[in-house]
Amino acid sequence: MRNTARALTGILAFLALCEAVGRSGLAPQYYLPPPSLVLTELTRLLGQGDFLLDVLATVLSWVISLGICALVAIPAGLLLGSVPLLRTAVTALIEFLRPVPSVALIPLVVVISAGSPAGKIFLACYAAVWPLLFNTIYAVGQVDEQLLESARAFRVSRAQRLLRIKIPHVVPFVFTGLRLAASTALIVLVSVEMLNPSTGGIGSFIYVASSGAGRMDQVLAGTLVAGVFGYLINAGMAGAQRRWITWAPAGGTA
Amino acid sequence: MPSMLEVSELTHTYPGQQAHTAIGGVSFEVTAGQLTCIVGPSGCGKSTLLRCIASLVTPTAGQVRLRGQPVRGVPEDLAVVFQDYGRSLFPWMSVRGNVEFPLRSRSVPRARRRELALSTLERVGLSGAEDKYPWQLSGGMQQRVAIARALACEPALLLMDEPFASVDAQTRFELEDLLLRVRAEQDTTILLVTHDIDESVYLGDRVLVLSKSPATVLADVAVELGQQRDQISTRESELFVRLRGEIARTLRNAPQNRGEGDHDEAGEDEEPGEVDSSGEDRADEPALAGSDSTGSERGSTE
Repeated sequence: MRNTARALTGILAFLALCEAVGRSGLAPQYYLPPPSLVLTELTRLLGQGDFLLDVLATVLSWVISLGICALVAIPAGLLLGSVPLLRTAVTALIEFLRPVPSVALIPLVVVISAGSPAGKIFLACYAAVWPLLFNTIYAVGQVDEQLLESARAFRVSRAQRLLRIKIPHVVPFVFTGLRLAASTALIVLVSVEMLNPSTGGIGSFIYVASSGAGRMDQVLAGTLVAGVFGYLINAGMAGAQRRWITWAPAGGTA
Repeated sequence: MPSMLEVSELTHTYPGQQAHTAIGGVSFEVTAGQLTCIVGPSGCGKSTLLRCIASLVTPTAGQVRLRGQPVRGVPEDLAVVFQDYGRSLFPWMSVRGNVEFPLRSRSVPRARRRELALSTLERVGLSGAEDKYPWQLSGGMQQRVAIARALACEPALLLMDEPFASVDAQTRFELEDLLLRVRAEQDTTILLVTHDIDESVYLGDRVLVLSKSPATVLADVAVELGQQRDQISTRESELFVRLRGEIARTLRNAPQNRGEGDHDEAGEDEEPGEVDSSGEDRADEPALAGSDSTGSERGSTE
């Protein structure tokens, strides 16, 4: 409770500072609108169907991206983590693909996917798949031999050992990977939307507001929405992790 | 007394470039209901021997018979308690879940599982802790859970690999007495590996003394201290003191084996007067325990 109060105080102080700077005349309000204006504009936008559709477009794309990402990376990670031969075979390929910034692929994807959201979803997956994949591979390799031996001493079959020992062991690591993937996916989605506004979404809203009309209040309002969404994702997933995966507070990192 | 376990000419060599013979032809027999302690220096292959008996490791040569039947695969009426409770209890399962775990693979019905788990937990002094998780318990309590998990299967043969080596001295005494009590109630045959001579005499009906690796049986000492033992008076008794001296002397006077694996301790035995019973107490795990099966499955992921 006290921490919440402190956090809120910090945010309010920051907003007050922004307001003061915005109104001080250091920069024209046109370029740097004070929070009061931004929030007023945001309230107005939230009542507008077009804006809400943009928000919905981003949220939906994010859900789809993360879903595809999980469906690809978790099974692949389990497989690669369990079969060393396979892992060795694809390591070089992964090491080549991973450092390619997904934003660099935007022109290619734009050409192929035109205005459909498939392109940005592909790029978000491309960027987000790595932390999840690596966390899963790592976690499988980390299963304690002693745990497996204990299970073996109780005559637990190989299949049951996978199901009852390896999978539960991997869960916290996968969850951390999923959290990292979730923020990465959002960042990439908004970036692609800005660079390719025809796909819609908050990113394109921000881009259009800044380029055509030069509405900085709308730009900041859109940014605020994206930021709040990102915050909620992370806080929600961290909370879920604390609540359900109590045995492994750390859960590993990428 | 019928024979429970027969180990004949058991040999195990870990393959690899520096092939290491951990056990060099060990033979002994355990009758039903007996508590046999196996004592030997650190890294002598005690744990390997236990793993061979449990079929967790396939011995290079020799045979293990349980109730006269040759052992192939982990036997059904056998349970193992490992030294490292922190790594052998399943952290995502509650205490009760852990105790019920082996019963599940034995297809014990749900209600009976619960009943067995709760009664066994009560016997090891953990009533009320069944819904806790292992990480919420102290080390000694965690090892109690591991013991309960093994006992709940009502095994004919209970193997214990340095079960009390990772807890403090006070807890250790408590757990030793717990084991003696439980054993008197359940009449289980127990084979317990330890590097602590005093513990082996205090707990055992009999102590098998192993040499450095490749391990062989140096001596088979009968411990006639009776069923009733007490941490203070038993340890003070003349017989106890004589037996622990006898075992320590056996270990000290053992001829140096020309094993490939004892480089780390070479020459130590030649210094007279250096080794007493507590000198054996270098509490590190036997060098090779468990590491054999590790290499194949655990890849090198960063």
